[in-house]
Amino acid sequence: MVTDDAGQGGTTAGRDNKTGHQGGAGHNLVQLITPAGERVSHPEYDPWVRDVSDEQLCSLYEDLVVVRRIDQEATALQRQGELGLWPPLLGQEASQVGSVRSLRDDDFIFPSYRENGVAYCRGVDLTDILRVWRGNASGGWDPYTVNMAIPQIVIGAQTLHATGYAMGIQNDGADSAAIVYFGDGATSKGDVNEAMVFAASYQVPLVFFCQNNHWAISEPVRLQSHTHLAERGTGFGMPSMRVDGNDVLAVMAATRVALDRARRGGGPTFIEAVTYRMGPHTTADDPTRYRDANELEDWAAKDPIGRVHALLDRKGLFTEEFESSVRTKADSVARELRAGCVGMPDPEPLDVFKHVYSTPNSWLDRQQDHYSRYLASFGDPAGAITEEGAR
Amino acid sequence: MTATMIKEFRLPDLGEGLTESEIVSWKVNVGDTVSLNQIIAEVETAKAVVELPSPFAGVITALHEQPGTVVEVGKPIVSFEVEGDAGGQPAAAAESVAPPAKREPNLVGYGAVVESTGRPVRRQRNFAAAPPVVEPVETGPVETGRPVVEPVETGPVETGRPVVEPVETRPVETTTDERPRSTPPVRKLAKDLGVALEDVRGTGPGGLITRDDVRNFVGGEGLPAASEEPVAAAGQPQRAVPGQGERETRTPIKGVRKLTAAAMVSSAFTAPHVTEFLTVDVTPAMELLARLKSGKAFAGLKLTPLTLVAKAALLALRHNPTLNSRWDEDSQEIVQFNYVNLGIAAATPRGLMVPNIKEADRLTLAELSAALTELTETARAGKTGPADLTGGTISITNIGVFGIDAGTPILNPGEAAILAMGAVRKMPWEYQDQIALRQVMTLSLSFDHRLVDGEQGSRFLADLGALLADPGMALAMA
Repeated sequence: MVTDDAGQGGTTAGRDNKTGHQGGAGHNLVQLITPAGERVSHPEYDPWVRDVSDEQLCSLYEDLVVVRRIDQEATALQRQGELGLWPPLLGQEASQVGSVRSLRDDDFIFPSYRENGVAYCRGVDLTDILRVWRGNASGGWDPYTVNMAIPQIVIGAQTLHATGYAMGIQNDGADSAAIVYFGDGATSKGDVNEAMVFAASYQVPLVFFCQNNHWAISEPVRLQSHTHLAERGTGFGMPSMRVDGNDVLAVMAATRVALDRARRGGGPTFIEAVTYRMGPHTTADDPTRYRDANELEDWAAKDPIGRVHALLDRKGLFTEEFESSVRTKADSVARELRAGCVGMPDPEPLDVFKHVYSTPNSWLDRQQDHYSRYLASFGDPAGAITEEGAR
Repeated sequence: MTATMIKEFRLPDLGEGLTESEIVSWKVNVGDTVSLNQIIAEVETAKAVVELPSPFAGVITALHEQPGTVVEVGKPIVSFEVEGDAGGQPAAAAESVAPPAKREPNLVGYGAVVESTGRPVRRQRNFAAAPPVVEPVETGPVETGRPVVEPVETGPVETGRPVVEPVETRPVETTTDERPRSTPPVRKLAKDLGVALEDVRGTGPGGLITRDDVRNFVGGEGLPAASEEPVAAAGQPQRAVPGQGERETRTPIKGVRKLTAAAMVSSAFTAPHVTEFLTVDVTPAMELLARLKSGKAFAGLKLTPLTLVAKAALLALRHNPTLNSRWDEDSQEIVQFNYVNLGIAAATPRGLMVPNIKEADRLTLAELSAALTELTETARAGKTGPADLTGGTISITNIGVFGIDAGTPILNPGEAAILAMGAVRKMPWEYQDQIALRQVMTLSLSFDHRLVDGEQGSRFLADLGALLADPGMALAMA
């Protein structure tokens, strides 16, 4: 089934942009589950998810629900003063779950700051996910333990890291791949364009996974691009797909296609997952100031969780027992997340020097020496840090 | 452990670097039992109106701040009585990791503590008034940096603790004195008066040179009175005279008031407004209203003069669509709406809002009446959603409810026309060539003269008036 009803976001312009989108190959939106929960067939992509059993579909549903719950709990924790900031992913669950669950353990993930659902599915410790948002550490985990880098705050910079890493895979002759997550706004960044040039030139095993959530903070995607974002990948000579990002199965199929190509030496792929950021950019943002609530209502009807629920219902799989097991899981994850957050010990003053360089560095050692002596000059070194920080 | 304890919840920094927020409303009362993450309040920051989820499960024992109060970040706003392990908070774990000292952790979401006592002693700055004591104890490589402890001589140090003075390893000659501490306006004043700040002794905190210090330094030798006055006036707004009660109240401009003001200014100064007035004998319309109210078809519906005026305006718009359009400056286009989203100005607890009824032109009179009732009730409850506030195409403001006859309403930004309906008054009026006591209403119509010419505006107003003066005209116009 091929549809093209996801729209281009932004409601302030009356003019219809769609005519501008038909140039070139034309990327039709890949969809396998309709918003109403109907499983529709797609000759090209069906084979890639043929192995997804009922049981796996149930497990995908559980991840979608748990990820949303993590997001809601973290948002509440921010409102309660336990986190400094949180970037909600509400509405983007399917893009994140569908893509990360297509990866192998030896593939490497380069996320932006919003991929907290990816981190959960990848097995990152719940407390570690929150560590950086609580201002407790500069990075929450050791990337090599889960093969996932820590969140990149600088927009799009991770695409360069991912391209370099993928060149390394190439040099190693391995058959693993890298995936890099970024948003619609990042496609306007120089870094991202440079990364795409290099990735295509060297034909590296990398998946450019762009979650087009329609808003770069307050900037609608139509201001960023007069073509579908997938066409940008084509412009760099990469095979590109445009997929319904609220359809977990379609995202999975597209990611598998891209990974398979990467492993077989076919080079990078660009995936535009068309989704929608239903919440604010971060907890410090108020989207009602710049976007039309009608748009939100339209997207609520395309909810990624609702459609899997409906599909499971049609299949007779959405039993009371299943529903309560998912709820129990989500509750326990939320509890664990909260407990881990509020019980997190404060970092030590000198922790700031850890993890700057992987090898000893005399210049940094000197700074650390000076700073520790400075701290030692106070009666209560820890108190000094607090007061310094408060100033 | 099941013993209960009282927990205070302090207002967190809900954005990034906010120092205060306004409590808009409490969603709970003292004595209420709340669950974890239950919404307990609505708070307006400089950035957004956000809902506060309860951090604990327990019973509300106190609400420390009233709605409408602007609260500093970090101040307690609500207290809970909680079970020992309530709120999903592993209290034991939290306590065990807490440092033994009485140190109050600066919670991540609370931002900077504005005032603090017992601050650690920092390195004393060098002032001209308190010359630096620099001892070149070390002439070796830079690496040493051995701290030398020196007694404090002057300055704002409250405690008797020694001040650490890291010694500069550079030669004395190159040690640059910091310039005397002062603020830019004071430096400007000194410069204007030809005073070298190095010669002035600062009396402010930390040796800060104040405006008075500069003036005192100049002394009686002629500070031009003319320059003193405006400076003082600009610096400090006049406050209330003590003992006479407050003569003026200053309220910060923010929230809905600020948005309303910006919208009004933008509208008033971009769209050239023209306002026309028409006074109409609406007795037939009022008689129709009374008949409809007593009829069965409208049972349970709230019919008011506004209902009829709105319906009549929608009918008149069909013949005068120009008034239902928008000037799109960015694209240099005139957008003609082929639907009507009818805005109704409403006084709400949060200020003026203009929610609109979507596709109002497609509604029957009964549907329109129901929509108006719902819209006003929602607005009065302060629950108008953002979807209701955007996308309006033309507006009506009912100033008649305040007993007002006419006005020059300002356009809702982006719309081409706004109608103000006045009060229905019994007035002596010409009726069948006689003077009779009739029910009369004045209609005031403002329109954007870029889009709407006088002819179109006048025709619309005349059609509207004709419909209200003789509702049967609807048959002719439909």
